[in-house]
Amino acid sequence: MGKTTAEKIFEAHLVEEPFPGTKVLKLDVVLCHEITTPIAIDDLIRRGKDRVFDPSRIKAVIDHVTPSKDTKTATQAKILRDWARRHDIKDFFDIGENGVCHALFPEKGFIRPGNTVIMGDSHTCTHGAFGAFAAGVGTTDLEVGILKGVCAFRQPKTIRFNVTGALPKGVYAKDVILHIIGKIGVNGATDRVMEFHGETIGAMTMESRMTLCNMAIEAGGTSGICQPDMTTVDFLWPFVQGEFASKEAALAEYSKWAADPDADYDQVIDIDVTALQPISTFGYKPDQVKFVADLPDTPVDQIYLGSCTNGRLEDLRIAAGVLKGKRIAPTVRGILSPATPKIYREALHEGLIDTFMEAGFCITNPTCGACLGMSNGVLAEGEVCASTTNRNFMGRMGKGGMVHLMSPATAAASAIEGKIADPRKYL
Amino acid sequence: MKTFGGPALFLDRSDINTDEIIPAKYLTEITKEDLKPYILEDLKLPGFDPKGPKTQLARVVVSRANFGCGSSREHAPWVFEVNGITAVIAASFARIFRQNMFNCGMAAIELPKADLDLIFSHAGDDDAAMSIDIEAQSLTVSGGGKQKTIGFDLSPFDKALVLAGGWVDYADTKY
Repeated sequence: MGKTTAEKIFEAHLVEEPFPGTKVLKLDVVLCHEITTPIAIDDLIRRGKDRVFDPSRIKAVIDHVTPSKDTKTATQAKILRDWARRHDIKDFFDIGENGVCHALFPEKGFIRPGNTVIMGDSHTCTHGAFGAFAAGVGTTDLEVGILKGVCAFRQPKTIRFNVTGALPKGVYAKDVILHIIGKIGVNGATDRVMEFHGETIGAMTMESRMTLCNMAIEAGGTSGICQPDMTTVDFLWPFVQGEFASKEAALAEYSKWAADPDADYDQVIDIDVTALQPISTFGYKPDQVKFVADLPDTPVDQIYLGSCTNGRLEDLRIAAGVLKGKRIAPTVRGILSPATPKIYREALHEGLIDTFMEAGFCITNPTCGACLGMSNGVLAEGEVCASTTNRNFMGRMGKGGMVHLMSPATAAASAIEGKIADPRKYL
Repeated sequence: MKTFGGPALFLDRSDINTDEIIPAKYLTEITKEDLKPYILEDLKLPGFDPKGPKTQLARVVVSRANFGCGSSREHAPWVFEVNGITAVIAASFARIFRQNMFNCGMAAIELPKADLDLIFSHAGDDDAAMSIDIEAQSLTVSGGGKQKTIGFDLSPFDKALVLAGGWVDYADTKY
């Protein structure tokens, strides 16, 4: 019997199985941010265990509230900053270099096929786009990861998604994953890895694959995983070219993490994207989805472009393509947060920032901020946001506020019309 | 080991998420105790008051499927812990929330529908309460002059974490 990608990674990283079904894995990368790490640091100090297992395998960023908005958030940032300095964590990203963790860390080439990755952040599943096993964990698991470089998991089963067909005009990875979540439900993949296959995924950029894997958790999934291919190698090449004689050699090495053709799956789900249309959520759960065409007269107060789901350069290009030469409706506020400083600069050089500003958008620095109602775009009670983020829970972007999740193209079209709008007429 | 059992708080809905248990704006608190007033602040359910006496007296939460979905924030178990709630009983849990509960030495107990329905039949009893025996893997629900004892499954690892009081010391000794 063959193995899934997650099974191969578990086998290669197994430290021990202390109890049947519980596997302790060696970690390749431990990622940290300033919301969930400070309490772990504080606890390690209290226990007299202020140590790190390997400073080169720990990466840290201040991203959720930056620049700090008040004394409390400044204190969280300071605890992380002081800790990174104290333990000589070289890959620590502070103001000027910081961006949304799940956009910044891949951009730096930190995640490789076959890696095990944890972070105290549920959207850590994003990094599975590289053929890694990447899982969000709580602060205690993070604390043990920092201290010992291990984490315990129940061995997850795997659902295989065969995604076929060419994406129609105006339909993107975001629409595909919203469609999948709508199909399987918000706990359709709980304790499961979502392994994505098929020509549609093969044709996707790494940015699109990250969008896809980012929302695995919204179906309860432990990790999204894409199969490593030449697209993966091309993305990582600037970081790994010293390790391999050629891209083909890198591909041969990375391909050993690909699932075997005779692997055993918990479920196999076929998704044909040919007839897919732009999608938006309409309720307070990510599985409440409809085609935009079926959501007429849904006014919005704010448009938010950004986040670990859709704040990458590809997303900004798509949104700018819709907005070029247009103004947003006078009834809406448009906010763009490019996910990293590199993305921000490239968007500046390409003239995208001009397009957004001419359309009437406010550009904020890279931060998670508004996505979870922390800063830079919190909603008032009763307000509605068309957002490229990943979570539409009631009050997520501000108490009493409502969020509709959609692609950057749909969000941009909605900005122009002041209500949820189909982007296809602007493309 | 923590103590388990006492008055029950019934939250009769599936997919109760971490943002409803503790909104993100409170994640800037540095100590667990500071989270205490904000328990379930954004949860809207008929007849439920996050500031009411039932919430304050509760030692056990009873809910439906996919409890704790959403964020990885361990603040969700912590806000229960500092309010004296050490066990959640539900049809199923989101993975990270469940692991966080056990990592803190608390209990996330899954029950089949029939057993859960029986517990929910006490939702209208003012004296609804639960006693929980982790070692024996059994719980007794009581209220309205009736009581019933039910067994539950607990993986050996989860049980070891509850008995040890958490994962950090366990792991530091072993790895």
